[in-house]
Amino acid sequence: MRNVYVSGVGLTPVGEHWQASLRELSYYAIEAVQKDAPNAPQPEALYVGNMLAGALSHQQHLGALVADFAGLRGIEAVTVEAAGASGGAALRQAYLAIASGLVESVLVVGVEKMTDKVGSGVTAASATAADSDWEAAQGATPAALAAMLMRRYMHAYNVELKHFANFSVNAHANAKTNPNAMFRNTITAEAFLKAGMVAEPVNMFDTAPDCDGAAALLLTAQPGPVRIIASALATDTLAVHDRPDPLEFAAVKRSAAKAFQMAGITPEQVNVLELFDAFTIFSVLSLEASGFAERGKGWELAQNGEITITGKTPLSTFGGLKARGNPGGATGLYQAGEIVLQLRGQAGKNQVPGARYGMCQSIGGAGATSVTHIFQSV
Amino acid sequence: MEISRHWRLRQQRYALVGEVCPHCDEKIFPPRDVCPNCSGEAKTPYVFSGKGEVYSYTTVYDAPAGYDGNAPYTVALVKLEEGPLVTAQLTDMDNGAVAIGTPVEMVTRKLREDGERGMLVYGYKFRPVLAAS
Repeated sequence: MRNVYVSGVGLTPVGEHWQASLRELSYYAIEAVQKDAPNAPQPEALYVGNMLAGALSHQQHLGALVADFAGLRGIEAVTVEAAGASGGAALRQAYLAIASGLVESVLVVGVEKMTDKVGSGVTAASATAADSDWEAAQGATPAALAAMLMRRYMHAYNVELKHFANFSVNAHANAKTNPNAMFRNTITAEAFLKAGMVAEPVNMFDTAPDCDGAAALLLTAQPGPVRIIASALATDTLAVHDRPDPLEFAAVKRSAAKAFQMAGITPEQVNVLELFDAFTIFSVLSLEASGFAERGKGWELAQNGEITITGKTPLSTFGGLKARGNPGGATGLYQAGEIVLQLRGQAGKNQVPGARYGMCQSIGGAGATSVTHIFQSV
Repeated sequence: MEISRHWRLRQQRYALVGEVCPHCDEKIFPPRDVCPNCSGEAKTPYVFSGKGEVYSYTTVYDAPAGYDGNAPYTVALVKLEEGPLVTAQLTDMDNGAVAIGTPVEMVTRKLREDGERGMLVYGYKFRPVLAAS
């Protein structure tokens, strides 16, 4: 097994891109990587992270499509799908390809288009991440599942809605200086408490937007400033109701533990962290399952500035899923790209000073898949 | 319309038929053939009583296609008295008029309809236990 380096990063603006198709969006990201790394070797393989193209664009088979459109006809190319963790899972496959010694240069592109359709059809498509026969068929949506976890958590640990607000407030504060972020407005904790309900108690300021986006990384075995020192993916039961302890994100626990072991570091050594904040309760449960907080105490990190850019555990440093956006299968590549920019010292106004170890973690469904990557600046 | 997809789940949807593991006595719903507790083969049918309590719940305002006619509605995680947790709507009550721990019982209700000429899908929902008067 050999070392894997991130040789190129390409991020594009997250938003409602009515004028751009899936293939065009993916090319913008690839173009951005080529601009970032003009001397990098041509990719021999391509992994595409995507979850909803079949349901919302009548288009599957994105491996072949993206390779063809981007002028990479003929290379090995395939789509990787793990619901919201599709991007992270595609990165995992790319990592394996380089580490194995069988591939010299891999492009991994996350792309999602959620805004061609609007309304309840998009909610129904997102619900395919859950158990179709036993959760979605009962009328449960991703937000409903998060809401039931949130309510149970609040009951179990005597925590109120206001204790979750700062996760979103922090995300928006950081997105202000991220030109690629979808929402760059400031929100207050008071506004969070008054926001309209999506699935109670999950409200509109607690959940990430439907949006379009594309992001890409180029991985090679050529030594460079940022190395991937850990990569781990694990699963849990698909349905929340099949878990012995629904408030434990077991897939997160497994993938994080394996990643820390591979990296040879502890949570305290992580300088910058991109968690999967599709809902604030996911951030709380992820912090606990990954070892940054004890059970029932994940919410405390948001109460005293610890999660801000200058705090001990900087989260959502470019806006996170909440404010930068959560374009489905592309999200995992935005997370990874942002960590790489931090470790290169290229994060501009969002820079975490002296960041040396960075971690990004993606989640599929309500915690059924989790993939964790740890990066080190060399 | 996916008739066969819903038809093959009719025993579960209408009668809460699950399995009991012959090795460790774990009650399993829905049936899955491999016991999640002991990994032994589990194919013995077991009929659940339909009684349980609310483990958690939410009122859904942003409903998916096929359910938006019903919105807002309450979805819950219900802990059946035999052990398993199920996801189901709560019915015969005002949205949110329950608490964690409220005793509930299974009833059969319409889950969704696929447009005006589409199939009606029925299944289990739960209502707060109706006291004998």
